[in-house]
Order: sequence, then C-alpha cells, then structure tokens
Amino acid sequence: MLRYTSRRVLQMIPVLLGTTLLIYAMVFAMPGDPVAALFGEKPINENVADQIRAEYNLDEPFIIQYLLFVKGLFVGDFGITFTGQPVIDVITRVFPTTIKLASMALVFEMVFGIIIGVIAGIRQGKLFDSTVLMLSLVIIAIPTFVLGFVGQFVFGIELGWFPATARDASFISLLMPALVLAGVSLAYVIRLTRTSIVENLTADHVRTARAKGLSEGRVTTVHVLRNSLIPVVTFLGADLGTLMGGAIVTENIFAVDGVGSALYDAILRSEGTTVVSIVTLLVIVYILANLLVDLLYAVLDPRIRYA
Amino acid sequence: MSGYANQATFEPVAAETAPLLQISDLEVGFKTQNGMVPAVRGANLTVYPGQTVAIVGESGSGKSTLAHSIINLLPANGRVLGGSILFRGEEVTEFSKRRMAAVRGSSIGLVPQDPMSNLNPLWRVGYQIKETLQANNIAKGKAADIRVRELLAEAGLPDADERARQFPHEFSGGMLQRSLIAMGLAARPELLVADEPTSALDVTVQHQILNHLDSLTSELGVAVLLITHDLGLAAERAEHLAVMYKGRIVESGAALEILQDPQHPYTKRLVHSAPSLASRRLESAHERSQIAEREAASREVLAETESRDNVLVAENLTKAFPIRGGFGQKSTDFKAVDDVSFALQRGTTMALVGESGSGKSTVAQMALRLLRPTSGRVLFDGEDIAPLAGRDLLGLRRKVQPIFQNPYGTLDPMYSIYRTIEEPLRTHGIGNGKQRRQKIKDLLEKVAMPASTVNRYPNELSGGQRQRIAIARALALDPEVVVCDEAVSALDVLVQDQILNLLNDLQGEFGLSYLFISHDLAVVRQIADEVLVMRNGKLVEAATTDEVFDNPKQDYTRDLLESIPGGNIPLASTG
Repeated sequence: MLRYTSRRVLQMIPVLLGTTLLIYAMVFAMPGDPVAALFGEKPINENVADQIRAEYNLDEPFIIQYLLFVKGLFVGDFGITFTGQPVIDVITRVFPTTIKLASMALVFEMVFGIIIGVIAGIRQGKLFDSTVLMLSLVIIAIPTFVLGFVGQFVFGIELGWFPATARDASFISLLMPALVLAGVSLAYVIRLTRTSIVENLTADHVRTARAKGLSEGRVTTVHVLRNSLIPVVTFLGADLGTLMGGAIVTENIFAVDGVGSALYDAILRSEGTTVVSIVTLLVIVYILANLLVDLLYAVLDPRIRYA
Repeated sequence: MSGYANQATFEPVAAETAPLLQISDLEVGFKTQNGMVPAVRGANLTVYPGQTVAIVGESGSGKSTLAHSIINLLPANGRVLGGSILFRGEEVTEFSKRRMAAVRGSSIGLVPQDPMSNLNPLWRVGYQIKETLQANNIAKGKAADIRVRELLAEAGLPDADERARQFPHEFSGGMLQRSLIAMGLAARPELLVADEPTSALDVTVQHQILNHLDSLTSELGVAVLLITHDLGLAAERAEHLAVMYKGRIVESGAALEILQDPQHPYTKRLVHSAPSLASRRLESAHERSQIAEREAASREVLAETESRDNVLVAENLTKAFPIRGGFGQKSTDFKAVDDVSFALQRGTTMALVGESGSGKSTVAQMALRLLRPTSGRVLFDGEDIAPLAGRDLLGLRRKVQPIFQNPYGTLDPMYSIYRTIEEPLRTHGIGNGKQRRQKIKDLLEKVAMPASTVNRYPNELSGGQRQRIAIARALALDPEVVVCDEAVSALDVLVQDQILNLLNDLQGEFGLSYLFISHDLAVVRQIADEVLVMRNGKLVEAATTDEVFDNPKQDYTRDLLESIPGGNIPLASTG
C-alpha cells in the first residue's frame, strides 16, 4: 500500500509538468498583448511597457518564461499579478472559500444523493422511484446558470430565505450556491446509487443471504448497501475535482470570491502566472482526490490490493 | 418455533412418518411484458424426513424455480399462482415475510448453484457463516466464532481458523462450495435444498463434495432436495427421482427404476443421450476410416515425400507466465503448460482432458497461435507456425479454426447471423457476394439450421442453436483442423448429444481433424479416437480412447474415471 501510494505521488511530477507547460503555452498563445491592454484607452508608453515586460519576464522567449515560472514554484514563489499583488496572496484568499463551497456541495451529494438513491432503488418501480427518476432528469437537463439564477431569484430575493449573494463566504450564504453547485452531480449520484442498489438486490449472494434466514433489514444494510456504494464512492471522489474547478459559473452568479472568479479574471487579463498557478493547484487537488478514491476503493473492496 | 425444532435430535426415519415437504399441483409463473409465463405447471412432489429426492431436468425446465418457490426466493417477477406447498404440514405459500425468514436457514437450508457468485465478495467467509448462526439464534459472539470453525472443519476445509478469516476470492470453487454447504447446514435444517450444488466444479471435486454432502446429511438425518441436470448424478445420489420437463414433472419414482425402464418419451431421450462410461465412440467411425483410407491411398499416389499423416504436431510445448513477486522479491514463473508433445492425425479426434487449471486451454490457444509458447514448437503440416506472419499467418488461420465454450459470449451480439458467418469469408477474400450467400446457405444447411436464420441475431437463438452457428462460422473457411475448447460443456445433455453427432458427421463428411478440449470424460469417450490426460500443465497419460477408459495406467486418470457421476449405474439397453 505504501509503495503504491508513493508511486502514485511520484507520478504527480510528470503530470504537473505536463499540465503546467500546456496551460502556460495556451495562455502565451492567447491573442492580444496583455501589457498593451493594461494601458486601456491611453496611448502606450513604450518605456513603461518595456519595464513591465522585463518585470514579468514577458520579453523572454516562451520556454525561458516557463522555466523561470517552474523555478519560482520550487521556492514557493508564484509570482505577482499585474496589480502588484503576489499570486500567493490571491491563492490564500480564494482557495479556502472554494474548498468550503466544494465540501458543502460534496456533503449535499453524499447525504441526499445516497439516501434518496437507496430508497429509490429499494422501492424500484414504485411512485417514489419514478418521481425521483423524473426529477433527476429535469435537474440534469437544466443548465447550471439557469438553476443558479432561479435559485437566487426565488429563494434569495423573493422569499428571502437565503442571502442573495455570498461575498462574505459565510456558511449560511454559501448554502444556496453549494446546492446549485451540487445540483447536476447530485442527480447523477442518485441515479448511480439507485442503479447499483437495483443491480445488487438481484445478486446471487443476496438471495443466499435471504436463504440463510437474515432479516430484510440486515440483507439490505450488510449485503446490498456496501456492495452498491463502491461505484458511488468512485464517482464522488472524481467529482471533488470538478466541484473545485467547475465553480466558475456558480461563483459568478452568487458573487463568491473563490477560485473560479479569480481564474476567470486572470484569464481575461492574460495573466499567465496567475492562471497557471491556480490551475496547478487544481491539478494537485484533482490528483490527490483520485488517489484518495483508489485507496478508499481498496478499503471497501477486499479483492483490490495494491502492491 | 423453528428455533427449537432444529435443536431436537433426529431419530431414524420410521416407515410411516408424515411427509416433511409436500408439494401439490404447484403453479408458478413469471410476469413478463407478454403476460404471465408459466414456469412450473401442476407439479407434485413429496419428500419424507431424511430422504434424498432429486429433480432432474434441462435448463428452463423449471426445476430451480420449483426449488426457490419452497422458500419464497423467487425473482421479483415470479409468483406462486396455485397449488400448495406443505412443510411439516403448514402451508408455506401463506407464510408472512417474517415467518418465512424464520423458516429459512433454520428449517430449510439452501446450497445454491454457482459458488463463485453466492458469497458476498466484501465480507470474510467466517463472518457470512456467523451471520447464519446469529440470525437463527444458534449462537452469538465468541461461541458463534468457535461454531463457525467447527462448521468449516465439518464441511471438509482444513485450517478452518485461517479460512474463516479469508475472503471469498481467496478460495477455490470447491472451497467456496464447501463453505456454502457449511452455511446451508449451519442451523441444522430438516430440509436442505441443493440447487445444482456442484455443476460449476471439476468432476473430481464434484465427486468429493457430493460424497461429503451425502455423509453429512445422512449423519444429521437431513432430507435433501437435489436439483440437477445430470441424470447420472441424480441416480447415484438419490433414492427417489423426479424428471421435470417444460414445467411439469413427467415422471417420478425410484431412481434405478426410472433409469432402467423410463416410461415418458422425454425421460427415454434423456436416458438415451446421457453420456456415460458405458457409451462408445459415436457411429460413422467406420465411415471416417473409409475416408481416411481413401485419402491415404490418394496421398500415396500423389506424393511419397510426406509419409506421416500428422496434421498438427506439438513438440515439447511449454508456456510459463511470470507471477509478480511481493516487495523486493523477484518474479517467479508459473508453468501453465510443461513439456507437452502430441501429434494429431488427419481425420481423427484427439481429446485433451483435465481439470480446470490443468493447462488444456493454454495448449489450445498455442495451437491456434493466439498465445506464443515459451519454448517448444507447434507444427502444422510439418511447418512451424511460430514465424508465420502476414499472408502466411492468414493462411494458417484459414486452416485452423476454433469453437469455444460459451456460445453466448463468442458471437457478437450486434452482428446478424449472416454477418457473423460472412466475416471470415470477407476477411480472407473468398468469393463474391453471391458466392458467399450460397456458401452461408450451405453451411446453415450443414449445421441443420433453417436458411431464414441469416437475418436473426444471437440473442434470438438458444444455446444449442448458437453453438451451431459457431460451428458454421468455424467451417466457413473449410478448415483442416478445428480446435473445440469445451465446445459442448455449456449445453444441456440433449443438445450436447445433437452437437456431438453433428461434429462427428461433419468429420466424416470433410475429413476434419479435431483437437477436442474437455473436462468431461463421458463426452470424450463419445467423440475421441485418442485421449491425452493433463494435470498441472503436464501430460500424464496419452493413449487411444479405449485404452484410457478400459485400462487406465495412471491413478489420476482412474480418479477422473471414477468421478463420472452415475458411471457405474447400468443404463437401459438403448439401441
């Protein structure tokens, strides 16, 4: 297990180098001169522009820029934004908020997704099951921004149950955004859990469990539930990465000062270093989440052993 | 109440005891989109305490459905529609869910069919047996743990302490089935329903397990309802036999009587086609020898260079698979096939016999060049097949064709039958569209399938029909050698009989050579001219079929022969 884990962690190095290089190249290739854009309507002062270029290494060839950036990463220097703020400050400001938001969304998915999915699976074909299936399809079909605006308007403005925006990133104000963020994945978790339960209910070993004289409750909890949760756990783990990086739309709707907003702004300003720094961290989160899923997989399923 | 009953000691069965289980006019159906489909129709069956009764029938005959309806474990769409099931005089079909759960395990135990899928892969074996003890109030906590080990030891598993802590995937099929027997008998039920308890196991393991089950149940005085498709096995293990066909029990009575003097036409067919030790090489053998003679004659005229008539030769074949070692350990080699040599004569059948894991399928794959041998050679028509590539390899593929075990898995479900059979012709660029159509029509005729089959898909065909298609596909290229890897193992006995006859007739007609891989010696006797017995990758015996069967040289071969169920029971003299 230890060997497997360390091998997986070491695998992160080439993955990180690859992704950062790719993203750096994409930002570099974006049309327009970011320095020129900084002058806005005013005429460009070439001296000042050159000075800015030198400061941000923008006068160097692409590969040198990239290597300088990577060198900075190793000493914990993420560079500075065009407004003179160190990128590390931006990161420490926005990441906690997004982690909070994503965790809340993940908890929603786990709690509601699994409970509703299990009930629907056990009551296969009954009214509850059909209703849930239909509703989950509706949620999957509605784009996040529609869900977000409707939620904001109805519960935040008309009914006033929740704050309409979440600038302060408090627990209460993040409830609505977290629910919207969880929305589509929640529907998937419900469907996945339900299918998995239905499949396991007809498994041979479940029939054998009944034949042993076990009560229906015990059959469900001991022999159906645990077996059914394995694919769900896999999905949830992979989804954590999506929740972290995919909050751009939701964060914008509810004015959450999180990773998504920061990334969006940085892309608009063509701030290579900021974009790549944030994405690098997201990649790390994604890889770690996947590693966690794989390890959890081995805990849930004794047939899987990592050497 | 059942909790007390199972603790009572059993007394020998008196002559005039009340029946333990009495099924009368039972009707069971499955709800489908096309309405109710009957599975059991008016079945009657009586089991007395301590008695062993077998239900015999082919797949789809309703025997498992009948068994499951006794403990109300039918699939969700199954319903008991009529009749009654009396267990100890009480109507089981009217039991509440709770009452039924109380009867299950404690009064009626179940040993299910497929040991691989009937234990929960996520829980330790010991825990799953302990559950049975707890659910039926036999023992709790520490006492239950001790009892689990006793039960495992009783079921014939050595190192019960360690075994109880292992997971199902660490067990072999035989060990799993022993655990399931331990589970079924854990609460000392009065009736044990054994649903094909050994069908998934090797013949020698099957023999051991059935012996063990026999002695355990007679020791404990447990009545057994044995469900099986194997007539020989049923006759050997049960005093009383019921033959099921299309949901009805068509014949029942004393086992030997039924075997020796079957009344119902279906039973007659079943007895007739049951492969057993008594059966001989199928007819048309002389026909084949004539062809062989003719061929030999013509070959003598044509060329004298090729004196030997071996179409496929294996020389010292060895296949080793590396097993990855643990941390810091070097990988070791596992020899799946170890120095195997044989020569398949043109126009004959050579059988490769062994238990699962003996390496026989690996040999087949090397003969087909689907696997590369680690050392040794395979010669086709005197030519080493290893260096063949491109066009030459395609040429070999054309001459050596496989038929595999599972007709459900080896046909592409998205391909129509026409496309399935046409694919090899197209790959090898044989004929134009019209010629291919004619060829496919001929092939279907050869395997006795209607020409209209071409537009159908595999899922619309039965297992036997699919295997016919697989044979037609294999024959499409007019091969010289056909490698049959357990080609009839998945089929019911009647269908098996048909396919064996078909293979045999085709051999006579085209002078085909078969490499016939099977674990079933009774089948081998019907089709093979020569037999190779494999064990743990090594060839232990090689001789003509009659020699192997009448005068086996090795103990292992003798074990295999003795394990054939019903091998020693004289059947009715069939024509």
